[in-house]
Amino acid sequence: MSGGERAAEWPQWARATATWREALRVAWGVARGDRYASIGLLIYAVFVVIALAAPLVAPYNPHALIYQPDGEVAANLPPTAAHWLGTTNLGRDIFSQLLFGARAALLVGFAAAFGVVVVGTFVGLLAGYYGGWVDGLLMRVTDVAFGIPFLPMAVVLVAFLGPNIWNTVLVITLLLWRDTGRVVRAQVLSLRSRSYVEAARVLGAGHARTMFVHIAPNILPLSFLYGSLAIGWAILTEASISFLGFGDPRVISWGFMLQDAYNSQALARQAFAWFVPPGVCIMLVVMAGFFIGRGYEELLFPRLRRR
Amino acid sequence: MTRLSFVLSRLAQTVLVLWVVATLLFLIFRLMPGNPLVAYIDPTFTADMERALKRQFGLDQPLYVQYGVYLQNLVRGEFGRSFFSREPVSQVLGQVLPNTLALTFSALALAYIVGIFGGAVLAARRGTWVEGWGIPAVLATRAAPEFWVGMLALALFSFNLHWFPSTGATSPGSMYASWWAQVWSADFVRHLTLPAVTLALYLQGLPTLLMRSTMLEVMDEDFITFCRMRGLPERSILLRHAARNALLPVVTAFALGVGYAIGGNVIVETVFSWPGLGRALIRAVAAKDYPVAQAAFFFIAVVMIVMNFVADVLYSVLDPRVSHERR
Repeated sequence: MSGGERAAEWPQWARATATWREALRVAWGVARGDRYASIGLLIYAVFVVIALAAPLVAPYNPHALIYQPDGEVAANLPPTAAHWLGTTNLGRDIFSQLLFGARAALLVGFAAAFGVVVVGTFVGLLAGYYGGWVDGLLMRVTDVAFGIPFLPMAVVLVAFLGPNIWNTVLVITLLLWRDTGRVVRAQVLSLRSRSYVEAARVLGAGHARTMFVHIAPNILPLSFLYGSLAIGWAILTEASISFLGFGDPRVISWGFMLQDAYNSQALARQAFAWFVPPGVCIMLVVMAGFFIGRGYEELLFPRLRRR
Repeated sequence: MTRLSFVLSRLAQTVLVLWVVATLLFLIFRLMPGNPLVAYIDPTFTADMERALKRQFGLDQPLYVQYGVYLQNLVRGEFGRSFFSREPVSQVLGQVLPNTLALTFSALALAYIVGIFGGAVLAARRGTWVEGWGIPAVLATRAAPEFWVGMLALALFSFNLHWFPSTGATSPGSMYASWWAQVWSADFVRHLTLPAVTLALYLQGLPTLLMRSTMLEVMDEDFITFCRMRGLPERSILLRHAARNALLPVVTAFALGVGYAIGGNVIVETVFSWPGLGRALIRAVAAKDYPVAQAAFFFIAVVMIVMNFVADVLYSVLDPRVSHERR
């Protein structure tokens, strides 16, 4: 059974949510009500605080080379009180890099997820609402997007557009909207023939009004579900692109740190304090996205909860 | 809609997607910055010589003529020569393809065996601590960056314990009579273990979760209730009746898994320096060796698109309940 078919089984609350504000309130309530979703939100909250406070909290400039009192570069130091996670082979403080890495991760994650939700919801709304050739065209475009190997295409496109964090966001958006688009379309198809939508049309609501006032608020939780999953995929993809050497060289991200460690023989030197923490951070943030997604899924598909 | 016309329309759709992807590829690589002839030109070239070379490669033709030639060559499997080694691209990729196939299929087999059993166990132990810890554990394997898992494996099993080699597919200097002899050699298997297990760990999430959810769905159906009423032991209900029926979507997902695995190989092959297709693609993109990059990408895309098609058709053939009515 595909997600779209499952979504056709209607949770009662959806009928009542008539306005965007109400839809947002419900979405927030779900995230708080589910245990998994609460853990996810908590992880996000912690990382958002770290990202915002990084310049205040970080003991060193993450780019700066650190010198020892004798004038030597403080390279490859093991973890000490002064350098909690030690230093890189060029003498940069790893703990400070880890804190600043949260900024890149959350920036890419949230920006790309926003793009994915907007593009996917629009495509799904237009295709599902208008049907006919609009639907045919948009769904063929979606087929193409599903036929493109994700990571190879991301690498080729970033290499083409230039290594820049906004290009990374753009590429992830261009490649990830497909799932959201397909699922939203299926949901819109089932909403379009509902009596309240027909009533709105009979009362003279235009296409735009019907789509954005009467249909869109009802697909918002679904878009959020795919958005929260997209945050995770986007962060993973950014890390992978950086690891493969196509990341923004001026931005310190967790993927960049891992690439740096890999290329500097940190594995052979057994510098676990260098390459374990960035991976753990990526894993935690991505799992937070999955957890929040799970919370929404239980709300959208209550049949699962019964089990 | 009959089954045949369903298959035919999916086939037409597949060809359309292939054509669009090929066109996108042409545009991206044709618009890439830099002179495509840079590897052939040295500073002593005069403008006339450069123009002659351009004519020789057809680069003085209008873009749509070049596009036509490109499509013809794609259909014939002709990808030109590498900018660097100057070998035919088919030869460059032919050397690495077997390594990628060995890695992908050993990892997929491992992932699906573990996933099918793991998913069945998770479903059977619903509501217990096995599920409570099992599902977050599976999610963690999906959330952990593949290359980081590979780095941990290298640091532990290769650099610390020295159980496995850290790079390549064979030890330097080793020679084998044939490819088969190489694949079955202990040396190759030792090189293969870490990359294959890392890739399998990543791939295992999809079959595990899918198996679990279809098992739960099947367990809700009437015939399972009927089995219970007949007093069959729970164990045989699970294994002989539920698991067998739940396998269908998992088998279908295997076809999709081949596509995902071959696209995701770029990471594992890079971490373990495995001489395969994905690593060849990354190196070619970094070195601006466009003919190799284009061909490697196209090959990966073809595998993915064809496997999507196979999965759809398999699903409709294996499950008679799938309807072909247009919704």
